[in-house]
This record gives sequence, C-alpha cells and structure tokens, in this order.
Amino acid sequence: MTSTATTTPTIQIERPPDLQVTGMSKHFGTLVALDNVSMHLKPGSFHALLGENGAGKSTLVKCIMGFYAPTSGAVLIDNNPVKIANPRDAHHYGIGMVYQHFTSVPAMTVAENLVLSRYESKALINWKDEMEQLQVFMDSSPFRVPIDVPIAQLAAGQKQKLEILKQLYLQSRILILDEPTSVLTPAEADEVLGLLREQVTEGKLSVLMISHKFREVMAFADEITVLRKGRFAGSGLVKDLTVPEMAEMMMGEKKEPTPVNKVADLEKAAVLDVRNLCANKDNGVEAVSSVNLVVHSGEIVGIAGISGNGQRELVEVLAGQREPTSGEIYVNGEPYGATRAEMFKHKVFALPEEPLKNACVPHMSVAENMALHTFDRPPQAKGIMLILNAIRQTAIGLIHQFSVKTPSPETPVGNLSGGNVQRAVLARELSADHIKLLIAANPCFGLDFNAVDFIHTEIVDARNRGVAVLLVSEDLDELLKLSDRILVISGGKFVYDSPIDEADFAAIGTSMAGH
Amino acid sequence: MADTSQAIGWLGVPLAIIAGTMRGGTPFLFVSLGECLTEKSGKINLGLEGTLLTGAMAAYAVSYLTNSPWLGVLAAGFAGAALGAIHGWLSQQPRVNDVAVGIAMIIFGSGVAFFFGKPFIQPKAPQLPTINLGEWSDFPALQAALQISPLFLIGLAIAPIMAWFFRSTRWGLFIRAVGDSPEAARAMGVSIFNVRMFSVIAGSFLAGIGGAALSLYYPGLWTERISSGQGLMAVALVIFARWNPIMCLWASLLFGGAQALGPALQSIGIKEGYYLFNAAPYVLTLLIMIFTCSPKRTLSGVPGALGTDS
Repeated sequence: MTSTATTTPTIQIERPPDLQVTGMSKHFGTLVALDNVSMHLKPGSFHALLGENGAGKSTLVKCIMGFYAPTSGAVLIDNNPVKIANPRDAHHYGIGMVYQHFTSVPAMTVAENLVLSRYESKALINWKDEMEQLQVFMDSSPFRVPIDVPIAQLAAGQKQKLEILKQLYLQSRILILDEPTSVLTPAEADEVLGLLREQVTEGKLSVLMISHKFREVMAFADEITVLRKGRFAGSGLVKDLTVPEMAEMMMGEKKEPTPVNKVADLEKAAVLDVRNLCANKDNGVEAVSSVNLVVHSGEIVGIAGISGNGQRELVEVLAGQREPTSGEIYVNGEPYGATRAEMFKHKVFALPEEPLKNACVPHMSVAENMALHTFDRPPQAKGIMLILNAIRQTAIGLIHQFSVKTPSPETPVGNLSGGNVQRAVLARELSADHIKLLIAANPCFGLDFNAVDFIHTEIVDARNRGVAVLLVSEDLDELLKLSDRILVISGGKFVYDSPIDEADFAAIGTSMAGH
Repeated sequence: MADTSQAIGWLGVPLAIIAGTMRGGTPFLFVSLGECLTEKSGKINLGLEGTLLTGAMAAYAVSYLTNSPWLGVLAAGFAGAALGAIHGWLSQQPRVNDVAVGIAMIIFGSGVAFFFGKPFIQPKAPQLPTINLGEWSDFPALQAALQISPLFLIGLAIAPIMAWFFRSTRWGLFIRAVGDSPEAARAMGVSIFNVRMFSVIAGSFLAGIGGAALSLYYPGLWTERISSGQGLMAVALVIFARWNPIMCLWASLLFGGAQALGPALQSIGIKEGYYLFNAAPYVLTLLIMIFTCSPKRTLSGVPGALGTDS
C-alpha cells in the first residue's frame, strides 16, 4: 500500500474526510428510486441511514460508491465536488463499503481474499512477506479472524468481521455499512459495532450505516438521516430523538404493530413428532444431528439460530426437499415421508424461505401457483382434465382475501414483488380448510412493515384455530413476539428450550453463538 | 518390433505401458490443463474435442508446408486459441449455455479440421524430434519406450507452473475469484468477461498444442479419427483431478496408460479382447463419473460458479 500514496491522490490524513451529498436523484427508466436527497456525514461521526425496504437507502450509497451514475446531484469531499465513477474512485477518496451479501471468495483463504481485495498490488505475490504483513495488520486491528482458513469454513459472524476488516485493510476512512448486523447474534452485533464506535470516537473513522434496527441506532449512532419512498424524510441527532419519532419519520404516519392476540388454553395434541432426525448438507457434512422435536396443535414453536446451523436442512427435510440420513418423523402419530399423498392426508403446509425459489414455479401464473396443492382434485379437476375456470375463480378469491398485488391472475408469479410472492404463497398454504401443521421459515425476510404485520397476524390466527406451527426465523424479535415455545439450534442440535414467558434473552443470545 | 517384444516377453507389457503413458498421456495432459484453466474461471469448454482436432490438423499441415514441426506446434496453439475466442465470446452472451455452445464447437472444430485437412491425409509431415534416453540399452523395445517428446516435458513443466500461477499470482487469484464467486470479483472491479475470455483462449491454446502432440508425435499422422474422443475425456479428467493442475498431470498419465493397455497386450500376443482393452480409457471415464458423482454431496474443489449463467 505504500506505493499507493505516491501514485494516486489517496487522501491519507489522520482525520476522515468530510462527505456531503447534495440534491442526489436517480431514475431507473420511469421509476424514481431517489429524488433530490441531501445528507452530510461529518468527519468522525457515526451516521445511520434509516428507511423502509425500497426507500432508496441502497440506491443512495451505491450512487456515492460509483456503482450507479446518479441522474443528478453531487458528492462533495471536504467541500470539493468530486467525480466518483466506480468503487475504485471511491477508494481513492478513502470511501469503502461493506455490502449486505458477502463479497469474499468462498474457496479462498482469508489471506488470499485480503491480498486480492487490494486495488494496487504486484503481479507476483510473495506469500512469506504477505503473511507477515497480514499478521501485523491483524494484530493491530480491532477484531481478529484467522488468516489461513478458507472463507467457506468461517461462521457468518466471522465473515462479516472480515468484510469490515477488508475495508480497514484498504485504509478506508469512511466506512459505509449496508445492514451489517443482519447475520450476527445480538452479542456479536454489539461487539462489532462497539469496536467500530471506538474507532469513530478516536477520530480514525466515519461510519455511515444502513439499518432498520432502532436498538443499534440508539446505542451506537450520533446522527440519523431518514428516507421514505426515495425522498428525504428527516434527520437529526440521535440524542434528541425517540424511537417512535424515528419510526414516524420512516413510515410517514404513526403505526403500531397489530397486537398479537393469542387464545390461551387450547386443546393440546402432538401433531409433529420428530425423533432422532439426522440430515446432511449438500457437501455430505452432517447438518442436523439427532434432533427431537414435538409441536402441539395450537402452539407456535419458534426455532432461533444463526443461519447455517442446520435449520435450513431441517426445514427441507420436513418439507420433503431433502432426504434424512436417519430418524423418524411422525405426523398425527403416523410415519410421515413428505409425499404428496401424506401432505394431503395430514394437512401439512409449508412456507419455506425464498418462496419464489422453494415454493413457486416462477414462470407459471399466480393462479396456477395458487392451485399447486389442489389442481388435481375436485372441484379444480375432473378425472385427468383441469377445470381452468375453477382454478381462476379460486385464485381471484385468494388474491382478494390476502391482498396480493398482481395485475391479473394470469401474471407469472416471478414478476411480482417479494412481499406479494410471499402473500401468494401464504394464501395458498393457509387457504385449505383444515390445516394441521404449518412449517414457516423466515416468512418475513426482506418484507416491509405492512407485509410483516399481515403475515404475523395470519400465523397467529392459524395458531388460534388450532394449527401446529413450526416457525424457523433468524429474526429474534419475531420469534419472541409470536412463539409459545422457543428453541435455539446451534451446530445441528437444539441447545436451548424454554416456554416463551420464561425465555431469557441473554441466554438465547449466548446459546445462538454456540457457547 | 513384435519379435523383440517377444524376446523380453512379459516385461514388454509394463514397458509398453510406460511408453504409452508418456505418449498417450501428452494430449490428455495439454487438453486437461487447458480445461482446468478454463473451468477455474467458471466456464466449461466441451469444444476442446474440436480444438484438439483442429490443432492436430493445423500442426500437421504447417509442419508439412514449412518443414518445421515447431512452427506446426505454434500454429496448432493459435488455431486452438482462435476457436477458444469464438467459444469464450459466444458462451458469455446472455442466456447462452456453455454446454450447448461447447457441443456446437465440437462439430464446428471437427468440420474445420476435416475441411482444411483433406489434402494432408496422404503426405508425410516432418515429425517433432524426440529425446532418446534409452541409447545405453541394447533392447530396441526399451530404446523405443524411452523416446521422450519435448512436448511431454513441456506439459510436465506446465502443470506445476499452473498450480503456482493459481496460488501466487494476482492473475491466478483473479481467475479463481471469477470462477468461484463472480459477485465478489465484480465487487473488486474485475472484468468477468475479460478474465473468462483470457482463460478460455489460453486453455484452448493448450488444447491446440495437445492436438499437435497427436499429429506430430504420437501416433504422428493426420486422420479424421485421430482424437477419438480424447478432448471430451479430458473434461471428465478435470473433474477426476478436482480442478488441480498437479492432479491433472497424474490423471493424464493414468488415462494415457489405460490407452496403452490394449496395444501392449497385443504386442505380446494376447489378441482376445483387444478391442475391449482399447476401450479401457472410456470405461475409466464412465467409472470415474459414477464414483465421483453423487446427488447427496457436492464435489470438493469445484469452482462455485462453474457452468452457471452468472
């Protein structure tokens, strides 16, 4: 990196530069993603960028980073307008971004990824020297990751730390973080943000963090800027604001989540009974190791855990997408192999994660997708013939009942937005008359406030009707709100099990981290 | 030849296999190293079968016309690179599948080779010189077995060089990054198109030289059936070798040896099952496919983005 200072106009002073955005707009065709937004990131401050999904937060930072060319507006570094055409230019001004998805190469080691991330380096790599320098860097950095381990073997938390370390390694002075804590446990999130906060307080860094977790914003940020539907919706110092005030800026109106009304004292019968279930990951490594689980009717059992600890494989086995290596599954006391006939007999329904991939045929219409469970039975079929009108009429009813925003029942489901795909799948899974078991995995991932509220209400309604619900989620708040009983999965085993009113937040956090 | 082999009897079999390993293994080595380089960048090039044929034809024709076999080798490389450029460009167009393009390129490459190669089937082109390590021996069989082609030695050197290239050069890391996680590579500002284009072209250059080994070394002639599926087998071989250049070397030697089994047994008079033994490389390919493929797990070492559209 020493050569950088002589060959490129990198700003490498102790104090991080002052970053201003003025009148930034970005149009994608007729869609206005960002409309005349301005903000100011003062040197040595921790700034949070808040907003609902689709509010334009990512668009704004991508314009700053040079991923997008803004339609209008300017970026000022230390009050000088600068032209940032690509992330490499941004790097010259000391701006680095940590993306929501990981940008490290899974098959390479930490050291290889760090060396590769440098914009200027020699064609030949002297690994002996590099390893020594990396070790020196690692020893002086706020958090540590082993340097000779392939990325694929790191836990999600370590990967996220590496992404931040990479920017420090590149000597970025302004760090842009896009929802950096979405894959971390609360304790890990506090650790990472706390260490960054220290660097900011010492005046070594400025941080611009996209977030929607008020808890983190209140604890670590100095200032906020709020976007709503692509427009500037407010800003202020965190110490002058309350959470309801911030929420109001984000949503434009005061909105309280619909309270969860759980009917108590429902008749309890074991619906799902999983005994000693084992399953492997795609690469043959054991993901679920000898798990026992009972879900009763009228009960929501929540499974918490950091992604990659076996919950995905568990759900895939229960949904029939993966073969278990051993163990038994019983539904209503009978062995269950997730065949179509058994699903129909026992009224098992599933709401898998990434519904477009796992629960829909993207090129088929909304109506056809809504009929995937029922198209081969009366009244939607007669013999081998489908009754298309019945399929269409059912779909129209469901679209109305579940407020799915679609141009028509004939629109391919892949053309709908994420929230509406989720609604369409939910409509299909919850519309049957007598549901016995509902398996839901991250049902609200990436959805906006209204959609989340709607889905939570529907799940609780189903529970109140006596449905046994297994809810797997990475969102701890969601689990604490909905579950009757909460389990924590770590390393393919349940390591915590408690009724919700006795659940201990700190204990859940530590068991998620695998301690 | 047959008499002397008879003279040393059964000893001739391992000797013939060792010789065959070096001769028959050379084209496998070049094609598999080429395919390894290509696949490391995330693209599959099935068209190397056609590249091999075109390379063989170009080497033979240029060697015949210029009287310089080394110019022929160079011509084979560039002919291969030209086919690689077509594959590299075509297979990176939106909604174009590598495998489909690869099959088209097999047919195209073969067609090109047959079309331009017609006049060169009869004449005898100058062959590449060999390094004779067996001159101390009185056995002609041993002398013949130790006639080593410089091409084989070059291939032998390229394997560790390529392994070092992937480990210790910036370009090598770029290729691996592009093949494993194009998203990450893009975030680093690497042009995925250029890296893959380079990898496919360089890989095809090597495969073309593999063709030169066929027509200018062993069997040392130009016919339309000279490649007999070796280009396709090399693709299987790369999987077998877990995308590791050093392993490619061993796998190529194994395939070359399997290929020599039939002729070796024939030379000591075992005639039954000649065609069966000749099928050894193909059987080996099938067995490798069966043993390395499983629906329950993914292969270790496979580039993450291999054959995907990203």
